[in-house]
Amino acid sequence: MVPADQGGGVMRADLLADPVDGLDEVLVAVAGVDQALAAGLLRPQPAQVAGLAALADAVTGSPLSARVAEAVEKAAAGAAGEEHFLSLAAARTALLGSVHDALMVRVEQATGRAQGGSSVPVPGGGQAENLVLAARSWLADLARAGWQGIDHDLVSGAEPVISALLPEPRLRRLAALLDGFAAELAASCPGSALERIPLRRWGDLWSRAMLLTLPGATEAPASTVTGRLLPLGVDLHEHATAAQAQVHAVFEPVGGTPFLVRASVSAPKPDTIIGAGIWQLLRPHLSLLTAVSEGRSMDLTDMPITGEGDLVWRDEHARLGEPADPFVTARVVLPAASALPTAPLDRHPARIAVPVFLEGHSAEQPGETLTFSLAGQPVAVDTDRVPAAGPLTPEAVATSNACIGLLRWEAGMFRVQPLAVETTARKKVVALHAGAWAGGAVDKAGVKAEKAATDAATVLRERAGRLLRR
Amino acid sequence: MLPPARPRKLAKVPFVELADGRLQGVVSSGSDIERVYVSSVAAGSYEFACSTNNNRPCGGARGSFCNHIFALITEAVLQYGVERVARYLRVDAADMDAQAIYALMMGARPSQADSAAAAQVFSRFLRHLAYVELPATTDPLPEMQWFPPTRVVV
Repeated sequence: MVPADQGGGVMRADLLADPVDGLDEVLVAVAGVDQALAAGLLRPQPAQVAGLAALADAVTGSPLSARVAEAVEKAAAGAAGEEHFLSLAAARTALLGSVHDALMVRVEQATGRAQGGSSVPVPGGGQAENLVLAARSWLADLARAGWQGIDHDLVSGAEPVISALLPEPRLRRLAALLDGFAAELAASCPGSALERIPLRRWGDLWSRAMLLTLPGATEAPASTVTGRLLPLGVDLHEHATAAQAQVHAVFEPVGGTPFLVRASVSAPKPDTIIGAGIWQLLRPHLSLLTAVSEGRSMDLTDMPITGEGDLVWRDEHARLGEPADPFVTARVVLPAASALPTAPLDRHPARIAVPVFLEGHSAEQPGETLTFSLAGQPVAVDTDRVPAAGPLTPEAVATSNACIGLLRWEAGMFRVQPLAVETTARKKVVALHAGAWAGGAVDKAGVKAEKAATDAATVLRERAGRLLRR
Repeated sequence: MLPPARPRKLAKVPFVELADGRLQGVVSSGSDIERVYVSSVAAGSYEFACSTNNNRPCGGARGSFCNHIFALITEAVLQYGVERVARYLRVDAADMDAQAIYALMMGARPSQADSAAAAQVFSRFLRHLAYVELPATTDPLPEMQWFPPTRVVV
């Protein structure tokens, strides 16, 4: 008996390599804005004006059409105000939203897993607070100067805003984004001497920050769920002064079909807290990290969850459960799991991170990039995202027989980011997890890394206790 | 994206950064736990300064670099890599290490700056320390998707 397949089966790697219709055209329109932002919008040149006009053309017929046309006209005359920059950022974000949707259709075909459920409601409205308006004003100054016009004075203008945003958990998304972005810009000053500008990346960061200054942009209505949580692996994100651990898992609701969820914990950090120190920083705030390291499931009761499948973790709603091998989950439960729809603001190619399970591949490394050959089809593997503070290494990935990963889209192609692999050593199957140290390391290398990280954190806390508030 | 800093012991030099056109940071006093030295060297001119957090001049930094400044260079090289430190300070030579950067800057006979920068550096150190005490959150932070980890070291 084979149940009607709502979920995913074997991955069709051939579909991932096929070109996506219309993708190049959209990305050309995005590149037009990005070029305009490189030179700045104080006194736009004809080439910049043409780039902006292409953006307006691309959103013709959409609800944004009139606003964007007006914004482009003002920007072309060097007279754009903050509301016009907001419109440009919205148009650029909408275009990348369409790229996201087209790529997700392809992902659904390749994995056989459909995104279910209704769409996530769009929040918004209300009055922006002064702090957020200060951030918007800095972003507008950036757009006027352009990446080629940035200098230390302009970039450091973000510092007081970021310092004021950070302590407020409500505004953390904007704060963490601006903090990482400003540090990158500071390391690239003066802009006039830059040989290569990460146009798409900075265009992304700028427009996203701009939209986060809209009142209500980060509100996410939540419901609650009860059932069993089966972890697949941990994805880590970090910039110099912030880190986030995101656990990908399958959730089995009581009496319902399983679906994919994520649980996250993040914190600001000094730039000298790195490696194992990041796990130590995040560990106390998410009991799930302990469950992950111990290979256990968790039983959730009335845990808050957003419409797109992000658990808003509260330790008091979770209890450590039975042992649950992620590879068993990946083989048995993952194929039957459905996925929730993506929230409107999160429709962006960089946000695509779809759990997949690969088995029976052979690894090849013709050049820089490791490739899995899956039924004769190559799939690029992104081993650079495997955190250094963990037992999983690129070498282990290259000798793997089975791999739990996240399917991502980066630099114009799909790639698999390994979360865990199975390899064979002396005729025994060994599993290595990227997030094995998340809840605490037990192996020799891990214990050593933990010790060094503890020492660093102790010094900083001692110094902070002695010197702050005096 | 910026590659992350490399791990180093923080007891002696809890804070070092390349900012404001200077290599600057804070060096713990060897004798008094309440005291730290605020040290800096300017990029290009190598103009240097060193004083305590209570604004007393460092006895070692009269006319030339003190031990605190040497410690600062050593730890900066550990944290950021020798290339980035040399490039930022505009020190140019082959086969660089912390010792070579120190010697080359000393050889230029840099002048001593007034202590005006010290207050600014110390306030940046306090801002840096404040990050230790900011609360964590379990609300999702989708923006962090733009900041993947990397195995590249500086």
